[in-house]
Amino acid sequence: MQKRVTFPSSPLPYLLVLPQVVVTLVFFIWPAGQALHQSLLREDAFGLSTEFVGLENFEDLFSSGEYLEVFGNTVVFSVATTALSMGFALLLAVMADRVVKGGSAYKTLLIWPYAVAPAIAGVLMWFLFNPSLGVAPWLLRGVGVTWNHYTNGGQAMALVVIAAAWKQISYNFLFFLAGLQAIPRSLIEAAAIDGAGPAKRFWTVVFPLLSPTTFFLLVVNVVYAFFETFGIIHATTEGGPAGATEILVYKVYKDGFVGLDLGGSAAQSVVLMAIVIALTVVQFRYIERKVQY
Amino acid sequence: MVENRPVLTLVSHLILLLGLATVALPLWVAFVASTLPQDAMVAGTIPLLPGDAFLANWGEAVARGLAKAGGVPVGMMLVNSLVMALGIALGKIVISILSAYAVVYFRFPFRMPIFWLIFVTLMLPVEVRILPTFKVVADLGMLDSYAGLTIPLIASATATFLFRQAFLTIPDELLEAARMDGAGPLKFFRDILLPLSWTNIAALFVILFIYGWNQYLWPLIVTTDESYYTIVMGIQRMVTVSDEEPRWGIVMATACLAMLPPVAVVVAMQRLFVKGLVDAEK
Repeated sequence: MQKRVTFPSSPLPYLLVLPQVVVTLVFFIWPAGQALHQSLLREDAFGLSTEFVGLENFEDLFSSGEYLEVFGNTVVFSVATTALSMGFALLLAVMADRVVKGGSAYKTLLIWPYAVAPAIAGVLMWFLFNPSLGVAPWLLRGVGVTWNHYTNGGQAMALVVIAAAWKQISYNFLFFLAGLQAIPRSLIEAAAIDGAGPAKRFWTVVFPLLSPTTFFLLVVNVVYAFFETFGIIHATTEGGPAGATEILVYKVYKDGFVGLDLGGSAAQSVVLMAIVIALTVVQFRYIERKVQY
Repeated sequence: MVENRPVLTLVSHLILLLGLATVALPLWVAFVASTLPQDAMVAGTIPLLPGDAFLANWGEAVARGLAKAGGVPVGMMLVNSLVMALGIALGKIVISILSAYAVVYFRFPFRMPIFWLIFVTLMLPVEVRILPTFKVVADLGMLDSYAGLTIPLIASATATFLFRQAFLTIPDELLEAARMDGAGPLKFFRDILLPLSWTNIAALFVILFIYGWNQYLWPLIVTTDESYYTIVMGIQRMVTVSDEEPRWGIVMATACLAMLPPVAVVVAMQRLFVKGLVDAEK
């Protein structure tokens, strides 16, 4: 935790932590406290009076069909994004781990999507799947699918999932590849000598040994899908058509900035904070376990 | 390689190439679209080979932007993005390295509460406390300014943890030797700690530069003045500008320009990038 040898006490350490503490208090702690406070209040339509309503905002939230629908969308969105991105990345990582030649070239060619902003990833896919111009709908017409994400909610959801998963492939690929390369060769060789083929070796030796990486990536991907995908939704579907792609972070923004429902938006913020804290705790408990091994 | 299976190796290469092609397809299509004149956009599915309007589209985007979207030149948005990305990356590094230094090398009252205060920021991404944070920035008069774009985002528990971790691996003997030679805290920091941290700083810089460049929601709400628009948020206005088909040539040229700097940083500094990514998750 700390050095055995330290400098004698002086005002200096306070000066050193001051900038970070000030920024944290002003832009993190105070707004979070405000959100907590606001979530217990209700303002009238003109902002003239506020009254304390206790947990009513939360009751309204969870009894409104709309919010539960958005919750459902978010779960579908994050499960689909995580599964698609991790599945694709694992396949590529296993292949890249197999080939002797060109492994690092493949790595270089796969890491760049990480640097693309979610909003830009959304715009690229929006264009790729454009019903009249896009390449993807043209290919889909070949197999008899009519693509129009402007009117079809399911297809709009598929579009944002593809955009979100695409951006996350590099990250998952890098961590899966590192995890695969950390598996001792001797174990795989022993399995091969015992007569296990490549597929059997993968499912009985490699995949179980990869589970710490998989679990870690699972948490990271869910956090990503919940909180960092606002840009994808806002730059493309804007929650539409008919709310089919509205997810929690988008609704907080929409209710707060467009709908000006301060209490409701604050209550949603508090729910989101609870989710982040829960996910962070899960992640840290897992890291602690890993240390004990 | 455990055994020699040439067919399987060939299949692996094929799958990898197919995967690369799938991942690169959106980028290629965007680039092709940025080289096509507008009349190629109404003729149905766009071709897969570049056209001849590259200079026209990219030039118009950089110099004038899209007239219907307010005509904000992309050149100006690029400068704003650069200022914001550098401000966030350098700001985060400076305040994190200072506070990590204080937490590791000094014993002072309230050290642990301060450490926990920094720790909880991990749990509060800007997306979840967006409205109250906006209000604070508005009350401080920081809307439509570079300060408003950068300062609220520069507190970072991750960077502080990374530096703390790195400092803890530095042998105590260095500090003992430095103190015996009469070096004070500032001299020790400047002449010993900083030179030992350059690799960490560079790796962190790559990650944070990308983080800052790719910010979307924050610039969207704190800027109303066009001269502070960043490119990542500006593109949204170009896509949703009206009911008619957007000018995809210009929009895609802008998208390419928005991707170019962070992608170049990642590819050029690949090793530092991977190190930063792995360290940041510890």
